Amino acid sequence: MAFWDYANPTRFLKLVQVVLPWLTGLCVLASAAGLYMSFFIAPEDYQQGQTVRIMYIHVPAAWLSMMCYSIMAVSSLGTLVWKHPLADVSAKAAAPIGAAFTFMALVTGSLWGKPMWGTYWVWDARLTSVLVLLIMYLGLMTLWRTMEDPIKAGKAAAVLTLVGALNLPVIKFSVDWWNTLHQPASVMRMDGPTIHPDILWPLLVMAVAFTLLFFVLHLMAMRNEIMRRRVRTLRLRAASAAHPRSAVATAQPAE
Amino acid sequence: MDLGSHAGFIFASYGLCLLTVLGLIAWVRIDKANLEKALKDLAEQGVSRRRPQEGGR
Repeated sequence: MAFWDYANPTRFLKLVQVVLPWLTGLCVLASAAGLYMSFFIAPEDYQQGQTVRIMYIHVPAAWLSMMCYSIMAVSSLGTLVWKHPLADVSAKAAAPIGAAFTFMALVTGSLWGKPMWGTYWVWDARLTSVLVLLIMYLGLMTLWRTMEDPIKAGKAAAVLTLVGALNLPVIKFSVDWWNTLHQPASVMRMDGPTIHPDILWPLLVMAVAFTLLFFVLHLMAMRNEIMRRRVRTLRLRAASAAHPRSAVATAQPAE
Repeated sequence: MDLGSHAGFIFASYGLCLLTVLGLIAWVRIDKANLEKALKDLAEQGVSRRRPQEGGR
């Protein structure tokens, strides 16, 4: 079945119904395994002690905050270039989830920073660029809510999302380009991870769990967004039937 | 297990993440329930996705 076959929302919803229980089950299993490994198998760090356990949620949340925005950027291209009917549904559904992961990354980083750096917050390049990412998410969510027509809102949000995507390489390379309090990359490096496998494996399992959680929530939110557009279309149709002259001018296709 | 003198920071981190994830799950589930109710109410009012001329086919 081709990619474009899922442009039909009804067909997409049927696929979601089949995939969602499996993804949810895998997510629960991966989360349980990841938490067990993080607390009972992974050793404490020789310098950071037990606080290293915050890393098992902080790093996956930070990765997901960027992956979610990358998915929104690709979806925005789908809206503007290919005009895929589900592209702006995907982007809109991903924004609150991305904002939540970014919030988690910032708060857990702050709680990790206090015992390790001696401060909850510092205006260094990595922390500031991630805060900008959170503001971008909140701005996009506001933009979608302020425009009534989802098609027009989707296009405006797609442009803003692509402009905001410039922040992604800034976040990734901020620790290389500037002197920051935040440590440089230690997993995604050209010369391989610098973390010991005893600590790396629990981190990777937690990253898989977070990724599965994202896809579960994203599919559920996309399903809701398709239903929301159906409700809107039906309400416009009902209004159009009740007041033909006034409603026809405002009715827009929403599916 | 002994999480040492920084246990408060570790519990706060995991607790906040748990609350955020539970909040996300509650948001999608409540949203879905509200939308399903709205669709059901519209169906009861006779507002359907099929246009009248399509129903006769």
